[in-house]
This record gives sequence, C-alpha cells and structure tokens, in this order.
Amino acid sequence: MGKTIARKIFEAHTRDTPTPENVVLDLDVVMCHEITTPIAINDLIARGLDRVFDPTKIKVVIDHVTPSKDSKTATQAKILRDWARRQNIRDFFDVGSNGVCHALFPEKGFVRPGYTVIMGDSHTCTHGAFGAFAAGVGTTDLEVGILKGVCSFRIPETLRVNLTGTLADGVYAKDVILKIIKELTVSGATDKVMEFRGPVVDAMSMESRMTLCNMAIEAGGTCGICLPDRVTAEYLWPFIGSDYPTIDDAVADFARWHSDADAEYSGEFNLDVSDLVPQVTYGFKPDEVKDVTEMEGTPVDQIYMGSCTNGRIEDLREAARLLKGRKLAEGVRGILSPATPKVYNEALAEGIIQDFLAAGFCVTNPTCGACLGMSNGVLAAGEVCASTTNRNFNGRMGKGGMVHLMSPLTAAATAVKGYITDPRPLLD
Amino acid sequence: MKKRFGGPAICLDRNDINTDEIIPAKYLTENSKEALKPFMLEDLNLEGFDCASEKMRNAKVIVTRANFGCGSSREHAVWVFEVNGINMVIAESFARIFRQNMFNCGLLAVELKKAEIDQIFDLCGDLEVEVDGTELKVRGNGRELSFSFELNRFDHDLVKAGGWLQYANRKYS
Repeated sequence: MGKTIARKIFEAHTRDTPTPENVVLDLDVVMCHEITTPIAINDLIARGLDRVFDPTKIKVVIDHVTPSKDSKTATQAKILRDWARRQNIRDFFDVGSNGVCHALFPEKGFVRPGYTVIMGDSHTCTHGAFGAFAAGVGTTDLEVGILKGVCSFRIPETLRVNLTGTLADGVYAKDVILKIIKELTVSGATDKVMEFRGPVVDAMSMESRMTLCNMAIEAGGTCGICLPDRVTAEYLWPFIGSDYPTIDDAVADFARWHSDADAEYSGEFNLDVSDLVPQVTYGFKPDEVKDVTEMEGTPVDQIYMGSCTNGRIEDLREAARLLKGRKLAEGVRGILSPATPKVYNEALAEGIIQDFLAAGFCVTNPTCGACLGMSNGVLAAGEVCASTTNRNFNGRMGKGGMVHLMSPLTAAATAVKGYITDPRPLLD
Repeated sequence: MKKRFGGPAICLDRNDINTDEIIPAKYLTENSKEALKPFMLEDLNLEGFDCASEKMRNAKVIVTRANFGCGSSREHAVWVFEVNGINMVIAESFARIFRQNMFNCGLLAVELKKAEIDQIFDLCGDLEVEVDGTELKVRGNGRELSFSFELNRFDHDLVKAGGWLQYANRKYS
C-alpha cells in the first residue's frame, strides 16, 4: 500500500512514537504571534527555561491587534518583541513590516514542501497549500515547540477531496471550501488531513490554494494539503532559486512528496464545481451555508474585506473588478484590510486601493482586526457584516453581531447593493 | 487519578460548542490564566444555562455532546476551565486541538458513546461524577450509572506527568 503526502512528511520527521497511535514530530518551522505566545514565554521564564530550540526556525509576527490599541495589547506586543530580540530571532515582523501571519509568512518563503509547521493559531492549516503539514496548536504545544522543536500528534487519517470540473466566472476557492464544509459539516474532517486534489486544484494559484486550505479547520481538519507542483515552485522561486538549477528541477524534487497512486485514504469526497454558484453562510456555524441566490436581499451594515482567508492581492483584484466606478450603498460601511504590506503596495500600484477609497471604503493597515472582534470594525449587537473571513461564530466579530461569510466578489456586490446579492449579474 | 478528577457536573446540551463561546476573543489580550476566570462560557446562549449561576461556579465536570471545543486553537478555553476548578470534560467527541490542549494541561477529556452520553443527560440536575482509573460513576436524580472509558497510554502519561511540557522537557533533548 502506498503512502499519502501527510504520511510521507510524518515518516520523514518522526522523533518518537510513544504509542502506535501517537507520534512526536520534529518541526521545521514554529510560528508565533502576540496573542498565544506571550503566556508561553512567561511560563518558560517562570520555569527557568527561557530559551529556543533554533532561532532560525522560529518566525514571529505581531498581527492580531496592531498597532496596539490599549495597554494590554501593548504589553503582549512588548513581551513578544523583547523575547525575539533576546533570543536572536531574526524573522520578527513589527509595526511597519507586519501583516496577517498566514498571508505574510508564505510571502517570505518560510514554508516549503515537506515541512512540518505549527503555530498557536487554528488557521495554520493554510500553509498546507505548499505541500507542508501545518497545524494549529495550543499554547502548551507552542511552548514545547519553541523549547524542543517537537510536537505530538495522533497519527491522522487522510480524507481525499477530489475537485473536478471548471469554476465559473465569479466563483472562487472560497465558494468551493464553503460548499465542502457544508457537505462535511464542522466535524466531518476532525482528526483528518484534507488532501485537495484534482484539476480544479491544479489550476488554482497559490493564493486560491491557501484560501482552500485555510478553512480546513472549519470542517475540523488537522491540516489542508495540496500536492506541490509547478505553481508552488514558481511562487517559491525567489527563495529556492539557489537550491535548484531550474524550476523544472524543483518541480521534480517536490514530486517525492506526492501521495502514491495506491495511497490509503480513510474516505473520499467528490465535488464537481462546474455548477457551483457563490456560497454564503447564514447561521453561527461555518457549515450553515446556502447558495447566494437563497440569501438574496439580506441587508447588511458593514462589509469586511481582509484576513488570512481572503486578504491577498488576488482577492482584492477580484473585488475591485466589481467595485471600480461604483459606490458603497447608502448606510453601509466598508472596511478593507490588505493582509500584508506587500499586498497593500501591489494594490496601490495597481490602483485597487484607489478603487476601494473611491467606493467609500476605509482602508486599514494589515491586521487580523475585526475578523475576531479585536479591533478595526467590531460589530455592535444587532449589526450584520458581510465578511471575507473564516468564522461566523456567535459573537465572533462583536457580541450580538451577525457574520455572513462569502468571497471577496460577493462581498463587493453586497457592498454596492447594501444587501447580500449574487455578484455575477454585476460583472461586465 | 482518583482524587484529582470528578465532582459536581454541569450539562451543556448542544453539539459543536466552540472556543469563542467558551472564552470570547476579546479576552485573549490577558497575559495570565487567572484573569480569564470571570468570563467562562460568557457567549454560550443555551436555554436554561446561566454562566454566572452557582451551579456553574461549583461545577468540576462538564458533560456535553459532540465536537466540543471546535474553532480556535486558543488554550484559553482550557485555562478558563482550569482556573474555575473544572478538571474534566465528558463528551461524545472533541475538536482535535481542544482535546490535545486538555491533556497538555494534565486535564481529562473523556469520550463516551452517544448512547452513554444520552444516559448521563437523563440524570442531569444534581449530577456528580466520580473517577477511578478509567471507570466513571455518575450519580444524579437518585440513580447511579457506571461507564468505562478509553485512555491511551500517551494521554495517560501526559496526565500523570502533569502536562506535555513536563513530559517533553524530561524526555526530549
């Protein structure tokens, strides 16, 4: 029996197998942000263990609330900043160079095919887009990762998700993953790796693959994962150009991680995306999803465009396709948070930021901000937000608020109409 | 493990109770576990449930349904239980990260079959849970039920060590 990509990565990183069901993996990258890391740092200090396993393998960013909004968040940022300096961690991103972790770290080339990655953040599964095993963990796992460079996992099964057909214009990776979560439910992939396969994935950009993998956790998945290919190699080329003579060589090398043709899967989920229409959530769980046409006319107070799910340049471009020359509907407020400084710069150069501003949007600095109700667009009770983020939990963007998850294009259409609407008729 | 686990229990009768309901993100700016104490289950809207009730304050055990602790990776969801004296959660199933966070903190996340959880819910009211090894005694409504649960060797060792940091610091260089 052949092996899946996840199995191959596990075997290449096994430090210990305390039982046949549990494995302790060596880590290639440990990512840290200011919300879940400071308590780990304080605990390490209290135990007299204030050290790191390898400063070059630790990547640090202040992203959830930045610039700091109050004394508490300023303290979190300071603990992280002081620690990065003390431990000689070079890859530290502070105000001015920081952005949403799962958008920023890929841009820096920190994740490669076959890597093991953890972070104290559930959307770490995003990095599986690069053919890595990347999982969100709690602070204790993070603390041990920082100290020892290892993390324990129950050996996961793999669910093969086959995506066939062709995406229609105006339908995106976000719609695909919302549809998948609807069908699998919020626990359908618990303790499983979701391996995204098929011509739809092959044709996707890295940005789209990241959107797909980002929401694997919303189906309970340990990690989303895509097989690394030429698209991966081209994205990473600025960072791996000195490792391989040509891109072809990189592509050939990446293939060693590919799942074998006879690999064992715990199950398969098949979706032909050809007839898929834009998807929108309606309740307080990310599996409560409907076709946009069933949600038509639902009024909104706010549009939020950004996050580790959909705050990348491709997302902003698609939204701007529709927003250009149009205005926010009266009484609706729009917030754009480009996910990283690079995205911000590219959007400026392409005139996208200007399109958003002309439409009446407020443009914030890169930050997680309102996605989890921390800053920059928190909802009041009774308010409704059309959001390109990943969670619609009760109170997620503010106590008593309602969040409808959707693609950037559907959010843009909703922005100009003031109610949830199918974006496709508005496309030129 | 006899003395450390068990006690008065509270029943939360819903699937998919998520981490934002257990501890909302706005409290994640706290830098100590103790500071989370007043906010346990603050955003959980459940008929008949009051997060400020005496019953909730006295609870040492939570009994709930499927996929408990889904959503965020925040260990704050475990710490807020820990600082409020809750030492175990009994559920039909857990989200992966929450479950791992429980054992990483040396607390018990016990999975029982749906039919067994249903039986326990029939006793909800003045529920009391007693743990002896991998045996559970559940008393409520004048009745007593016994269940056994599975605890794999690794999870057992984590609980015994007091958590993953203690375990890993001893075992890995």
